[in-house]
Amino acid sequence: MAERSFAKEVEQLRLPAGSEFRGEGILAVTKALLQSGVGYVAGYQGSPISHLMDVLADAKEILDELGVHFEASASEATAAATLAASVMYPIRGAVTWKSTVGTNVASDALANLASGGVTGGALVIIGEDYGEGSSIMQERSHAFAMKSQMWLLDPRPNLESIVKAVEDGFELSEASSTPVMLEMRIRSCHVHGRFITRENCRPAFSLAEALENPRRDTSRIVLPPASFAHEHEKVRDRWPAAVRFIRERKLNEFFDGDDAHADLGLILQGGLYNGVIRALQLLGLADAFGNSRIPLYVMNVTYPVIDDEVLAFCKDKRAVLLLEEGQPDYIEQNLNTILRRAGVTTTLCGKDVLPMAGEYTTQVMRDGIEAFLTTHAPRALESSAAVPAQAPAAVPVTFHPRIRDLTAVVPPRPAGFCTGCPERPIFAAMKLAQADLGEHHISCDIGCHLFSILPPFNLGATTMGYGLGAASSSAFNVKSGKRSISVMGDGGFWHNGLTSGIANAAFNKNDGVIVIVDNFYSSATGGQDIPSSRADNPDRATKHPIEAAIRGAGVKWVRTIDRTYDVARLRDTLEEALTTSTDGPKVIIAQSECMLNKQRRVKPLFNKAVKAGERVVKERFGVDPDVCSGDHACIRLSGCPSLSVKDSGDPLKEDPVAHVDNTCVGCGNCGEVAEAAVLCPSFYRADIIHNPTAADRIKARVRGAVIGWLQRRRAARLARHAL
Amino acid sequence: MSQVTLHSGTPIKIAILAMGGQGGGVLADWIVEMAETAGWWAQTTSVPGVAQRTGATIYYVELLPEAAAHAAGRPPVLAMMPTPGDVDLVVAAELMEAGRAMQRGLVTPDRTTLIASTHRSYAVAEKAAPGNGIADPNKVLDAGREAAKRMLCFDLQQMAERAGSMISASLFGAIAGAGVLPFARDAFEATIRHGGVGVEASLKAFALGFDAATQAPAAPARIDTSRPLPAVPANAAHPRVQALLDTVKQFPQAAQPLLVAGLRRLIDYQDVAYAEDYLRTLQGFRALDAKAGGDARDWALTQAAARYIAVAMSYDDVIRVADLKTRGSRFERVRSEVGAKSDQLVYTTEFMHPRLEEICGTLPLRLGRWLENSKTLGSFIRRRVEHGRRVKTGTLTWFVGLYCIAGLRRFRRGTLRHAIEMAHIDDWLARATRIVATDYALGVEVLACRRLIKGYSGTHDRGDRRFARLMQAADELLGQPNAAATLKSLREAALADEEGKALDAQLAQLLRAHPTPPAGGRARIDTPRVAA
Repeated sequence: MAERSFAKEVEQLRLPAGSEFRGEGILAVTKALLQSGVGYVAGYQGSPISHLMDVLADAKEILDELGVHFEASASEATAAATLAASVMYPIRGAVTWKSTVGTNVASDALANLASGGVTGGALVIIGEDYGEGSSIMQERSHAFAMKSQMWLLDPRPNLESIVKAVEDGFELSEASSTPVMLEMRIRSCHVHGRFITRENCRPAFSLAEALENPRRDTSRIVLPPASFAHEHEKVRDRWPAAVRFIRERKLNEFFDGDDAHADLGLILQGGLYNGVIRALQLLGLADAFGNSRIPLYVMNVTYPVIDDEVLAFCKDKRAVLLLEEGQPDYIEQNLNTILRRAGVTTTLCGKDVLPMAGEYTTQVMRDGIEAFLTTHAPRALESSAAVPAQAPAAVPVTFHPRIRDLTAVVPPRPAGFCTGCPERPIFAAMKLAQADLGEHHISCDIGCHLFSILPPFNLGATTMGYGLGAASSSAFNVKSGKRSISVMGDGGFWHNGLTSGIANAAFNKNDGVIVIVDNFYSSATGGQDIPSSRADNPDRATKHPIEAAIRGAGVKWVRTIDRTYDVARLRDTLEEALTTSTDGPKVIIAQSECMLNKQRRVKPLFNKAVKAGERVVKERFGVDPDVCSGDHACIRLSGCPSLSVKDSGDPLKEDPVAHVDNTCVGCGNCGEVAEAAVLCPSFYRADIIHNPTAADRIKARVRGAVIGWLQRRRAARLARHAL
Repeated sequence: MSQVTLHSGTPIKIAILAMGGQGGGVLADWIVEMAETAGWWAQTTSVPGVAQRTGATIYYVELLPEAAAHAAGRPPVLAMMPTPGDVDLVVAAELMEAGRAMQRGLVTPDRTTLIASTHRSYAVAEKAAPGNGIADPNKVLDAGREAAKRMLCFDLQQMAERAGSMISASLFGAIAGAGVLPFARDAFEATIRHGGVGVEASLKAFALGFDAATQAPAAPARIDTSRPLPAVPANAAHPRVQALLDTVKQFPQAAQPLLVAGLRRLIDYQDVAYAEDYLRTLQGFRALDAKAGGDARDWALTQAAARYIAVAMSYDDVIRVADLKTRGSRFERVRSEVGAKSDQLVYTTEFMHPRLEEICGTLPLRLGRWLENSKTLGSFIRRRVEHGRRVKTGTLTWFVGLYCIAGLRRFRRGTLRHAIEMAHIDDWLARATRIVATDYALGVEVLACRRLIKGYSGTHDRGDRRFARLMQAADELLGQPNAAATLKSLREAALADEEGKALDAQLAQLLRAHPTPPAGGRARIDTPRVAA
């Protein structure tokens, strides 16, 4: 069960032709797939396209009606290999993942796919996690398109253009027998907009028909000599076919400007269009509707570059500016080659006035365009009377001393573990184990558990990729006084960690410790099910224990801890793993359900029980402010969002005391940590009994009578001496 | 010559800064729905990414009348992200996020209305500091007065809680109340109703936010971060306590509130006699202060002594914990803190981890010492006793047990722990007394260093070690210029991080500056002692 339900939104996928669809970019892509007659969809979740997978999962009924097969793949490699169905058969297929990390994983299959080419349209929808809010290394997907020769679409970021790009993409793929990548930038995925729908189509050729009438053609398989032929075919046949299609169907767009500025031009990636228009608007050169005084050439297809279009645009121009986000500057190099070969002398600006690296925000592009115009057409900047630009202040407000002072107070707010997260106690235990046995080398992995690298845990030295936590400790397989510790999530484990990490460690007799964080879901990507999930999922086989897989891979020393909140036990198990004389990898499986998912599951049931008058107990934690020492050691071992600080209320206690707020879910971590680390005894757990039974009430009355009498006795003494 | 026609119409630009889980997305969606219903073109984008897990993120909304799009003949092209200097409305769902918006240049004096909730959700860095790491909220207000065209600040989180709703609802109300969007209150409320989830509570929170915004002052008032001291009561019921109060009133005015706080703490901690000991010690410090010219220094020495001697005398021990955990007032506090209704029962479970040290400390001096040194029995007790215990304070057995431990209070002065603490205090006060004769300010700082000692086990040991290093540093600093300021900055460094890196760095720097400790003159002065 995924974190967010799209049950309501998917109803929009049924909109009849000619209706106006309003919603998120991701949902529009799904609708476009159905309008294109897609036969199958697969993928691996990850921001920013997790919701695409969730929407498809929630749209099962509609997909079934249309005969579309949907699969949540084991990894991006699996997803890419799924496109093999479009090699021999005229079936349209689409796959999706987070790029560039997912494209890295998929690239083996993609390269094979691109070499042999496709019959049915093959579309790879990549969620480009680049720029602000990104959680991965900053690289371009463009390189993959170039190296394997796949066409790369980067449409203007409005739903109409995006939907059109999906539909065009399939046709382009089929016209040129080449897989097509559709780049969805992070903000386009989540943009709310509108477009006019077309009718959903059933796939023209079904997967069942393919299975019943199998075809094979060895010339499509990557084996010599066919593989040598493929390379020539790509250049000789497929490239020209693609160029023809792109030109004829006008996938790229030209926007005229003022005659006065006909000798200037901007060339841009489609995805940057809205930002460029805003930048021009801020310079008084465009309006809010895309009318620009400077001519534009918008590359909705960023690979291949269409030589004739570039030359036609640049022919009578003195200077053009290319806006290309990210590095290396592949397109700029390509344009220079095109212009030079054709002997066109138009000046091409690009990364000389714009930054080589980093996100092209509106401000960055505004500054770049301004620099370009200042050099090549200073008069263009004067003609801004029609749409008054916001004249920038002489000194930006951010330079005001009071605002500069904010750097001393505004704290960084990195992402962290959620309230009640079962992974927090694992790292608290690791901190305690290190306090006993000294610092160790810790290899981290991708997933929520990577937050261990940040304060307050500050644990972990490297992260090499999803599921590669254990693999990245491989070199440390030498005799030493200390062992390496690796962390891996259950998501990463099933993605590839079982083979690349566990089996590799067992095979190579690695002596290190591997901690597998099993929280029952692929949590970081939105709580999707994986093979070891405990959920009853009608469409997938779940409940396959990680321990069985690990033992099958040859690991002898395995400890499963089925309650991660038992900090002391986890610490002891870690210490045992780090000191035992047993050879080979030591694997600890630490299991507790992701609290976000658990709360979503449990809360409605609890509320229902309360309403029905059943006796139910709600647990939450608290801190006695008069007992709390104000040292905050508990926070340094926890970092739970619900564990905060507040003023002590005691004039003699200057430092704020710990405080548990009402968002506490009663996971118990703070109590366990206080106990395991021998902190102050200020934590308490409060059990709130809803709908107490008669027996409860009688017991409470007896207790209350005795306790109350004793308490009043003592309070009286204090009252006597009150000051 | 042909010229492109530029059409009029500039979108309204709104940036919402929120943390994961605050409902920033809900708020953005409400604005979009309201605008679309009213015939506007609306676009929202965000970069949730990893921010979905408690991190900070920005939701960005642009609105443009559809009529303008019709006039232009084509749909608007709206930006995907806010541009510094080009935002009309900034909504911050937490105070420091308002600061972040200003740092990013999103708030500008010529056009931006800034609506911020004054409540704080402390960042890990603020919470984890061993001392007080909380950032000064007034810095954000100070910046906002300069950066925003108009700034509206109030605790919208508290309003949401009062209504049983989420902050998105009270923020939505504040936006409506601020009158910065061209939509009537009805349109806002209709949007909430249309959502269909928790409508009543949301509308209540909306109304609170709305009213707060309509009544908001032109510029937000400063947030009071001062810590109030108790008022000095006119009289006390018990004659011995009244006598204490009379003595307090003979002290300089500046020290009286702290003395009252100290006396209260010690009567509560032990008994009236103990408080009398305290006040006698303070009288000694007051005399010392007068001699050292405290009159001209607002009696800083007496004030510091009043505070820190009370803290030191009420050291944390098993008896104190048992006492605090079993009080009726505490049972009441827990009930109200967890929001228990009258028909619900509440039981607490305490997480305790007794150690041999605590057991020895509670025994009479000689017996405690003997057990502490007894290897066989000591380690036997360690094995049997030292483990985590879940104490159910609401059950009779546990309650009576704790109640009896609290009752050991009357024997406290004979315990090993008390002897240790008193020796420690005497040593500390002797140093302060000696130093104050030469360097008044440094003497005050020596007293203030007591702030480092707190907690139990590892925490206590760590504080103790750092305290000892600072005491040594105080001796070495005596006679140097700026000695007090140096010691103060060392004390702050000692509270900056758990590992003591900041303190090590400062001490190392100090050592480089003054390689040999100066031989300080040691005047003989009678130290005011805590009577045993």
